[in-house]
Amino acid sequence: MRKFLTVGIMIATTSTAALADSPHLSPERQSELIRLVRQDCGSCHGMRLTGGLGPALTPEALKDKPAAALINTILRGRPGTPMPPWNTFLSESEATWIVDGLQKGFPDAR
Amino acid sequence: MRASTSFLLLILGALAGCAAPQLRGTGDLGVVIERATGSVQILDTTHHTSLARVEGLGDLSHASISYSRDERYAYVFGRDGGLTKVDLITQHIDRRIMQAGNSIGGAISPDGKLVAVANYEPGGVKVFDANDLSLVADIPAVGANGKRSKVVGLVDAPGHRFVFSLYDAGEIWVADMHDPKNPVLHKFLDIGKEPYDGMITSDGRHYAAGLFGEDGVALLDLWNLDAGVKRALVEFGRHGEKLPVYKMPHMEGWAATGNQVVLPAVGRHEVIIADQNGWKEIARIPVAGQAVFAVARPDGRQVWINFAFPDNETVQVLDLPSRSIVKTLKPGKGVLHLEFSPRGEQIWLSVRDENRIEIYDPDTFARIGTLSAESPSGIFFTARAHRIGQ
Repeated sequence: MRKFLTVGIMIATTSTAALADSPHLSPERQSELIRLVRQDCGSCHGMRLTGGLGPALTPEALKDKPAAALINTILRGRPGTPMPPWNTFLSESEATWIVDGLQKGFPDAR
Repeated sequence: MRASTSFLLLILGALAGCAAPQLRGTGDLGVVIERATGSVQILDTTHHTSLARVEGLGDLSHASISYSRDERYAYVFGRDGGLTKVDLITQHIDRRIMQAGNSIGGAISPDGKLVAVANYEPGGVKVFDANDLSLVADIPAVGANGKRSKVVGLVDAPGHRFVFSLYDAGEIWVADMHDPKNPVLHKFLDIGKEPYDGMITSDGRHYAAGLFGEDGVALLDLWNLDAGVKRALVEFGRHGEKLPVYKMPHMEGWAATGNQVVLPAVGRHEVIIADQNGWKEIARIPVAGQAVFAVARPDGRQVWINFAFPDNETVQVLDLPSRSIVKTLKPGKGVLHLEFSPRGEQIWLSVRDENRIEIYDPDTFARIGTLSAESPSGIFFTARAHRIGQ
């Protein structure tokens, strides 16, 4: 239990520092989203987000992409490609938080 | 006499010094990928234990394994282009190379001499000497459109061949490796849009590529290449109402049970039972989510199925004679992979989000063992060394 708390606080601290101006999400939800991105998005984009069947999602790869377009891609998917819409699982502010994280360098799951 | 005694002692001392590995076979061993930590564990399926953890294998998201024909070495294909040869006896990395920027799996030739890797970046197949991992052949996957394509669904096939699909170009290539340094390529163009994975039937005759961009599978009869690639199982496609696909189904696990294959329907909460000879749909079974793996028990009676996010805490068991789901299990969050022991008396499941491997008895559905593992994904038993296409 104590270990879990420590990890939670660590993630929260790192995230707050790295994502100072992104939407406020509870530390628990942030850690769920980190896991979702690393593990589930990772099945196509790679756990290190360096790409796979889907393109790389590193800060370098995303630097010229407008955040609004990326948020739209997450929520609505990209028709004609395997990218599915995630709006049944993610709110707009959660997608915004994810895009912000991706563009700055996404936090680690562990 | 004294001289020879001390010589013997010297040898014994030297042996003890290098911690000689325990004398044992490897036929009941396996390897589990720990995807988050870049490590693997060597598993003992007789005693339900982990023998060792081997670290330093790089990015293992979506990693897979082929085995040497003596079942001593595991070739681990990493996401980051790493190819690692792990020695199950010494429990160490024997050799490791970085052979590409981004890869998706591999295969070993029937004679065990060549290891081939499918690469996304740069798109193509590289073939290595299984002994020392030196490069033997490089096959860039440049499609008829002139562009380099990601390679998926790489398998070995009888006749000293490797077969694979070009995701972006929509092609299937057969590489004849009789002269390993100079592969002879037989290319099949316009096989369908976005082949996302491929499999070979257990008899080594048919290669099927699942299409994401169109309905059905692209089917190649390896006994008759002149007949070309045909479209089969268009029912297998998504047609009208399509659900979003949160994880691509895997075809390696397509359960081939002799006369029937069981396949996950893309983007639907169904599996399809098809006749393996005519490649026609026989039945469609509703299941708990979008199936990822459908794995047949070696006797072909049951098929165990796992599911994509958000249903990946569930496993269902399909009884083939009655074509009904006879059991629904909830092993835990993130069931990523399933592997039967060679004779099917046990099945091992990796439960990623709970950091556990669960072992079940498929007759009673009782849990018969648990091991801890760090974000486990693929589980591969050494018996794969002797199966076509694995």
